[in-house]
Amino acid sequence: MNEKIRLINDDGLRVDGRKPDELRPIKIEAGVLDNADGSAYVEWGNNKVIAAVYGPREVQPKYLQNSAKAIVQVNYNMAAFSGDDRIRPGPNRRATEISKITAEALENVILTNQFPRTSIDVFIEILEADAGTRCAGLTAASVAVADAGIPMIDLVPSCAAGKADDQVVLDVGKLEDNIGQADLPVAYVPRTGEIVLLQMDGHLTRDEFEKALNMAIEACKDIHALQQEALKSRYSPQKEGGDAE
Amino acid sequence: MLRPKCSNNVLFLGYTVSDNKWPANAGRHNLGSDIMSQIDIQENERRFVVPGEEIGDSSHRSGMGTYARDGKVFASQTGIVNIRSGYINVQNFAGKYLPRQGDSVIGVIRDIGPNSWFVDISCPYNSMLHASETPWKIDYGMTGQYLQVGDVILAKVNHIDEIKNVNLTIKEHGLRKLSSGQVLEVDYTKVPRVIGKGGSMISILKERTGCKIFIGQNGVIWIDGELDGIAKATQAINIISRDAQKQGLTDTIREFLGATESHEPDEELPDAGDDLIE
Repeated sequence: MNEKIRLINDDGLRVDGRKPDELRPIKIEAGVLDNADGSAYVEWGNNKVIAAVYGPREVQPKYLQNSAKAIVQVNYNMAAFSGDDRIRPGPNRRATEISKITAEALENVILTNQFPRTSIDVFIEILEADAGTRCAGLTAASVAVADAGIPMIDLVPSCAAGKADDQVVLDVGKLEDNIGQADLPVAYVPRTGEIVLLQMDGHLTRDEFEKALNMAIEACKDIHALQQEALKSRYSPQKEGGDAE
Repeated sequence: MLRPKCSNNVLFLGYTVSDNKWPANAGRHNLGSDIMSQIDIQENERRFVVPGEEIGDSSHRSGMGTYARDGKVFASQTGIVNIRSGYINVQNFAGKYLPRQGDSVIGVIRDIGPNSWFVDISCPYNSMLHASETPWKIDYGMTGQYLQVGDVILAKVNHIDEIKNVNLTIKEHGLRKLSSGQVLEVDYTKVPRVIGKGGSMISILKERTGCKIFIGQNGVIWIDGELDGIAKATQAINIISRDAQKQGLTDTIREFLGATESHEPDEELPDAGDDLIE
């Protein structure tokens, strides 16, 4: 049955009309919540993600605290109404995994040794999901951390590449994710060239993997510029007009 | 739908409370006392950065809000770049107050021990005031007779150890329990704006409201005086806090407070701790 749905047409365009190496439209806004120390809102295609950062603050529960550095705690949550079907509220296996990998990615860029015995709490709320929420979530979270004034090495852009109809494609969409052949989320630190998140779901040959990884890294650099723009326009009115992209 | 908190703000070149120095050419443009008008002229020197941006090479040393890698200096926080005595700093717009030795702060007593008090100074760490760091001779277990939970003190950061335990003192001149008035809190990054250049803003506030005002470096502000004056000062400080990045803030506040001077504050209410704050 899968063979009957074509993900890439004769013109080389994908189901949503994108070229294989084209991102979905991305909009990032920093400082959207009044009560959080830092926050960011990301619209990535049909994904809608909001991230809130609190801290550095006292660690709760106390035994988790580290006397040498701050700990980063991430809570990734999909709203019950975020998908096609209602999602049962509360943590599940997938949310726990994404919280963990996001925390580890952020830990690599936050200068945690400046805040011993504290916790930096990040809450990622998926309002609308349409494939690629872990990347959108991490992209939003890193802008929110910077918005909270927490010292960090760099912003962390994140983007997925994958394989659909035997072709390597960037920023896998919903249908491509569901019936495609592979998904490869990547988070990249442009400042240091480090990869702080890399997962793979599906099958890729070594060449395809290389191609997908490079494609994702290039896209991360574009997203990084959008992240910087979002933080800068938070404090300057002349950029409000909308030349963000 | 979702909008940023501040939509039409203008950047400002922040400065620290302890160091009132301005770039050498800041005074060249004689445009009155308002710092914003002078800053605007320095358009070219003002640089807004976000974490990860390269801001200097090996000729500068890495200061506040920056980090050094591979012989270069990068921003670690969102803010404005400034260079002072060989150090390159990023003056941040947001973040939590981290106490430093010698800071004067305003704290609220949260808990009492037999020989000490635990004080909330709006930072991520516990801070303690030991009985020996007070001007009183206190017997063991009698701490509650001097300071109760909820009392507000004007204190100084005496010592911070390597795991960031904060020790306060109220022994020095001007430090004490604040027994009347009101306390409000602003972001600590906005403290320089509430004080103003060379204390211009704070003196307008004191003059026009007839209140005594202390500003802790942790962003806690104590106001004492007539009820009307306190209300006026609180509103004015909230405006400063909200519009911290806007231009012409001193004029806005001057306009807001009007010309009425209900008191001669210097005669009626001597400010013991003034020198500590500014």
